[in-house]
Amino acid sequence: MAAVLESLLREEVSVAAVVRWIAHSTRGSEDNPGEAAALSSLRPLRKEFVPFLLNFLREQSSRVLPQGPPTPAKAPGASAALPGRPGGPSRGSRGARSQLFPPTEAASTAAEAPLARRGGRRRGPGPARERGGRGLEEGVSGENLPGAGGRRLRGSGSPSRPSLTLSDPPNLSNLEEFPPVGSVPPGPAGTKPSRRINPTPVSEERSLSKPKTCFTSPPISCVPSSQPSALDTSPWGLGLPPGCRSLQEEREMLRKERSKQLQQSPTPTCPTPELGSPLPSRAGSLTDEPADPARVSSRQRLELVALVYSSCIAENLVPNLFLELFFVFQLLTARRMVTAKDSDPELSPGVLDSLESPLFQSIHDCVFFAVQVLECHFQVLSNLDKGTLKLLAENERLLCFSPALQGRLRAAYEGSVAKVSLAMPPSAQAVSFQPETDNRANFSSDRAFHTFKKQRDVFYEVLREWEDHHEEPGWDFEKGLGSRIRAMMGQLSAACSHSHFVRLFQKQLLQMCQSPGGAGGTVLGEAPDVLSMLGADKLGRLWRLQERLMAPQSSGGPCPPPTFPGCQGFFRDFILSASSFQFNQHLMDSLSLKIRELNGLALPQHEPSDEDGESDVDWQGERRQFAVVLLSLRLLAKFLGFVAFLPYRGPEPPPTGELQDSILALRSQVPPVLDVRTLLQRGLQARRAVLTVPWLVEFLSFADHVVPLLDYYRDIFILLLRLHRSLVLSQESEGKMCFLNKLLLLAVLGWLFQIPTVPEDLFFLEEGPSDAFEVDTVAPEHGLDAAPVVDQQLLYTCCPYIGELRKLLAWVSGSSGRSGGFMRKITPTTTTGLGAQPSQTSQGLQARLAQAFFHNQPPSLRRTVEFVAERIGSNCVKHIKATLVADLVRQAESLLQEQLVTQGEEGGDPAQLLEILCSQLCPHGAQALALGREFCQRKSPGAVQALLPEETPAAVLSSAENIAVGLATEKACAWLSANITALIRREVKAAVSRTLRAQGPEPAARGERRGCSRACEHHAPLPSHLISEIKDVLSLAVGPRDPDEGVSPEHLEQLLGQLGQTLRCRQFLCPPAEQHLAKCSVELASLLVADQIPILGPPAQYRLERGQARRLLHMLLSLWKEDFQGPVPLQLLLSPRNVGLLADTRPREWDLLLFLLRELVEKGLMGRMEIEACLGSLHQAQWPGDFAEELATLSNLFLAEPPLPEPQLRACELVQPNRGTVLAQS
Amino acid sequence: MILTKAQYEEIAQCLVSVPPTRQSLRKLKQRFPSQSQATLLSIFSQEYQKHIKRTHAKHHTSEAIESYYQRYLNGVVKNGAAPVLLDLANEVDYAPSLMARLILERFLQEHEETAPSKSVINSMLRDPSQIPDGVLANQVYQCIVNDCCYGPLVDCIKHAIGHEHEVLLRDLLLEKNLSFLDEDQLRAKGYDKTPDFILQVPVVMLCPLAVEGHIIHWIESKASFGDECSHHAYLHDQFWSYWNRFGPGLVIYWYGFIQELDCNRERGILLKACFPTNIVTLCHSLA
Repeated sequence: MAAVLESLLREEVSVAAVVRWIAHSTRGSEDNPGEAAALSSLRPLRKEFVPFLLNFLREQSSRVLPQGPPTPAKAPGASAALPGRPGGPSRGSRGARSQLFPPTEAASTAAEAPLARRGGRRRGPGPARERGGRGLEEGVSGENLPGAGGRRLRGSGSPSRPSLTLSDPPNLSNLEEFPPVGSVPPGPAGTKPSRRINPTPVSEERSLSKPKTCFTSPPISCVPSSQPSALDTSPWGLGLPPGCRSLQEEREMLRKERSKQLQQSPTPTCPTPELGSPLPSRAGSLTDEPADPARVSSRQRLELVALVYSSCIAENLVPNLFLELFFVFQLLTARRMVTAKDSDPELSPGVLDSLESPLFQSIHDCVFFAVQVLECHFQVLSNLDKGTLKLLAENERLLCFSPALQGRLRAAYEGSVAKVSLAMPPSAQAVSFQPETDNRANFSSDRAFHTFKKQRDVFYEVLREWEDHHEEPGWDFEKGLGSRIRAMMGQLSAACSHSHFVRLFQKQLLQMCQSPGGAGGTVLGEAPDVLSMLGADKLGRLWRLQERLMAPQSSGGPCPPPTFPGCQGFFRDFILSASSFQFNQHLMDSLSLKIRELNGLALPQHEPSDEDGESDVDWQGERRQFAVVLLSLRLLAKFLGFVAFLPYRGPEPPPTGELQDSILALRSQVPPVLDVRTLLQRGLQARRAVLTVPWLVEFLSFADHVVPLLDYYRDIFILLLRLHRSLVLSQESEGKMCFLNKLLLLAVLGWLFQIPTVPEDLFFLEEGPSDAFEVDTVAPEHGLDAAPVVDQQLLYTCCPYIGELRKLLAWVSGSSGRSGGFMRKITPTTTTGLGAQPSQTSQGLQARLAQAFFHNQPPSLRRTVEFVAERIGSNCVKHIKATLVADLVRQAESLLQEQLVTQGEEGGDPAQLLEILCSQLCPHGAQALALGREFCQRKSPGAVQALLPEETPAAVLSSAENIAVGLATEKACAWLSANITALIRREVKAAVSRTLRAQGPEPAARGERRGCSRACEHHAPLPSHLISEIKDVLSLAVGPRDPDEGVSPEHLEQLLGQLGQTLRCRQFLCPPAEQHLAKCSVELASLLVADQIPILGPPAQYRLERGQARRLLHMLLSLWKEDFQGPVPLQLLLSPRNVGLLADTRPREWDLLLFLLRELVEKGLMGRMEIEACLGSLHQAQWPGDFAEELATLSNLFLAEPPLPEPQLRACELVQPNRGTVLAQS
Repeated sequence: MILTKAQYEEIAQCLVSVPPTRQSLRKLKQRFPSQSQATLLSIFSQEYQKHIKRTHAKHHTSEAIESYYQRYLNGVVKNGAAPVLLDLANEVDYAPSLMARLILERFLQEHEETAPSKSVINSMLRDPSQIPDGVLANQVYQCIVNDCCYGPLVDCIKHAIGHEHEVLLRDLLLEKNLSFLDEDQLRAKGYDKTPDFILQVPVVMLCPLAVEGHIIHWIESKASFGDECSHHAYLHDQFWSYWNRFGPGLVIYWYGFIQELDCNRERGILLKACFPTNIVTLCHSLA
């Protein structure tokens, strides 16, 4: 391998030839014979060149930057000729996972020294170093010099350990210079860290030390410096007081220091000891070095390597574009390094003939190389977000090394509109209850319905508790919620309940986790939440501001492992804690279904339009819609992958050998949970890779180790590899994939290739296609891939790790996190809705014509028509329900009434009744179709007109209207003809049971109830108040009571007056209250008759006057007669208990009772017969002898009266009162 | 009417072991003249119910029932017109209506062959005339009309109060021109949990302390005082369930509540003691 590189460096072969050689092994013919000959001998090594090159660069950078990353071991046979190759084992902590390309041959002896050196460096510095190191960082990190680009002078830091600092000279252990990459702890349980190239110097001490926060939030408290000492001779360390230093002071000092620096510059750096030498040398080596183009050591060699490297990147021969960019950015922004001058005195600039000498001998070399590479990738850079562009454009080194590139970047920055906001998911909001799917009719039994009702509540209770506690230290999901979740899952016995719960779970998942760009993003397929229409941006702003403050600033390096950030963690943990195979199965079914549905969604396709302005407006909508679909798909696919591969994932290492073979044999029998291969193939054919691949990547990122070995999935990986290779960014042409679409695919695929479970060799060992990725020739001319559906917002939302580039630049350019880094703009998004899916049923010529019609119209026209058709069709069904069906139900009710009258109260068997009614009514359903057609005809054109622009030509408009009418009619009639009979049946059934119920226990509910009169102002006393008042009177009468307790006759009169008012104003009266009022009034009457009401009043009059009593009874009679609308239990007046009240009074007075009975009869409140029966039954009770006698006399007296009292008789009675008294006295 | 926890506890403190009679209520009103009577009654009733819940079991042991029944029998033999049952209830610190039920059940067990069904007992309590024994009927009736916390009459009053406030709220909504679905309509549509009202178009209630105001999707009327115990039960059985289905909403405790309980505003459950005046509705203009 090195031979290739060397021959390149010796200019024996051209860069182009090398790249061609790598990329297209079979196309040697284009090369000149000499080159071809030189390379053909090396053919077997072709595949290994790229890994060799990458490793070479990593190692070179680490050699020059001695604290560089632990370089991954080499690919097989790639590095024999290389000096100082550290080919040994990679970092212990990460094991094989940290290797980019696994070693397949023994390490050369030459590797020993560097290995030892590196190992020693990494592990050697014990706590002392760590302490010192941190002290150093904290001492200087309060303020970075804005725009200084590494100019800042570095003190020798902690005074306690100058020698250590020097023995370990350069920069990379400091976060200022290199932010932590890959130092992120492995994700939450269930995920594994990614394998990745680890170009950054993340020492173990860094990952163990406490998170460094000073760049994101300046330390508030004072930083205790580590043991200030007299040895401190650093330029600024001298000035530092030993104790606490305030940030402000530090800033001040830095400012001074900076001005000193500027005056001195350019400062030649002091000679430093040879690389790897443990000799300490304090001064200079820690100084930030300004990079100087004039001091690049081997320009030509660097240019060549940069060119080869760039070409490999451009041809997608490297697995991960953004990882390489990250590496290049690191080189660009490296802060300090040991100057190469003294490190290798034999090497002079311009020596090209060997790889013996280090490629990067100074920071100038690094920067030069980086700028060379970046120049080749301007197009990618210019498509990064505006924030990154700004940082790049302001980078001083870039300006210094390539003013032209800087100029282009500045221009790109100024023209960029790609502001990216990575808003956090909005706070939890519940999935709304939808009667169509959630009411009783959707459940098999009442029990299932009510169980689900409870489960919904438990689910949200758990969710709320998680929201409250999950950020508390020490809180554990399983411990806190596990048993409750399992208890809940245990209740989901019926399969149908599982599907209901899964629907809720999935909707909540989408609702909470899907919307990236702001609150109020509607969940796909849901009606837009009313809240969001009301301007949730305002409401959610505070929430999201709060979330921003709490949002983690690092996404975990340029290649983070798959994780479940934010709310997703809840759903992941829920699945784990539930550990229910039924739930998982239903969830997978549901997720698969939704994925298929969304993946197959007919997203509008790009149609070139002349009117740029308008199409731009349209595209805003298209992009948003695409983003919603894509993000939903990715979320669903992620969870599908998680659940599907859950049983196969474990902490143990992947099986090998025979065990692996048997597992493979077994697993290859298992059908995939979702036929992703077919979906991918179709997606590629239909040129919808930009939709399908990103979610597929999410799905595959959760695969276990065995998956890539299975034939089925291997096919998928091969397809993806070919696709990756074909996405050459520089090739742009009409009808091909858009740039940002490609960039998105490259980013997600690159990320996938770094996932630990994807075999390391897959990318390089797989025989890449020599030809460009072939797409089916029948592919549509303009697939989704060719449409500009991806913007930077979506790119960064899907691949937040691209933001690491910006963080790197922000970190080192000196701008603190606060100003330069990660400010996200909170962008409210409007509600998005997916248009209706096109009806698939229209066929034949008309359908083709309609398709053709839409083809040449703006996409919004089609969406409008489909939308109108969908809504009108749906409304049509509802209209039929409200008119035709409602009429039939009314008919059913009256038929039923007739039936009940003829058959008597019982009415007969309800099921039979229903059958009779349905047989009579269902035939009328046939009218539905005609009515439906008429409705669609009437309603659709207006809607289309209102929604289309006014300048729509008349012919287009009328065609659109006709199509809308047709589609709406088709939709409505299809539904009606299939369902109208069932609908009528259902409604009639409900009406029958309603009528029968009303027939039943509560006769009071039947019959016409009068409301209050129109003039009523509802000022009557409240029924509850009256019941309470009457109850008080009753309790006083019944006793026990204090001697001073009693009521006044006026109060009683007033009470009855109020009762009348209340009964006349029906506003607040409910039937039970009226019933109780009726009963209480009867009790009151009995007490009046028995003279049991304790009367207060001057002069201690203890009994109610007869006249007053009669007046009160008259009032009651009138209330019973006129005002009560429900039944009054008047027979209670003659219950043994109430009549018995009379027994206690001495002397007994029967006149009031007799009076009352007569009035009851006269007013028609009770029949004579009824009273006679009551009196008769009274005789059966046991009474004292004299009382029974008197009762018998009363009976006789009442019965002796004429059966049909004439008006004059009543008058006669009124002038002849107290007959009862006479009786009693006799 | 919104009380601090301390104010509430002062009232509750006065209610320990007070029998649920009209005399007790009168004293309470004199003790706290500044509080509304309805609030006091509501607190009294709730406190008493808590007390009964705590002590319920000890009155339902067979020994206790037997002893009460014997005392009742002895009492009425001596004087059937005396408030035997009522005095017994007050003496053993049990609700008169519940004591009446206990004795009635015991009585029926003795006199009927089969154990009386719950509906028979309830029906007799509603209408003591149905009780076969005249003396017991009077005793039971006396207990019921003298109990201000339990019994069919009290239940009816509570129900009526609840209904009246719902009507009141409905009128207020109509007056404000807010369209809504009421409980019955929701039930007819098959909703599994039904607040009193769901607003068809949500409103925002402005509060002095909340910058953005609070969204209200539903309103629940509670004609009682919101104490900790009942509020937590309501949260669990109703309010969170409404939130889970319809989003944030408003609870009106017409007789007030403990201030400290109004702590879920941000989460989406808002408490008020009256209909809010400062509400903002969705504008229909395309401004």
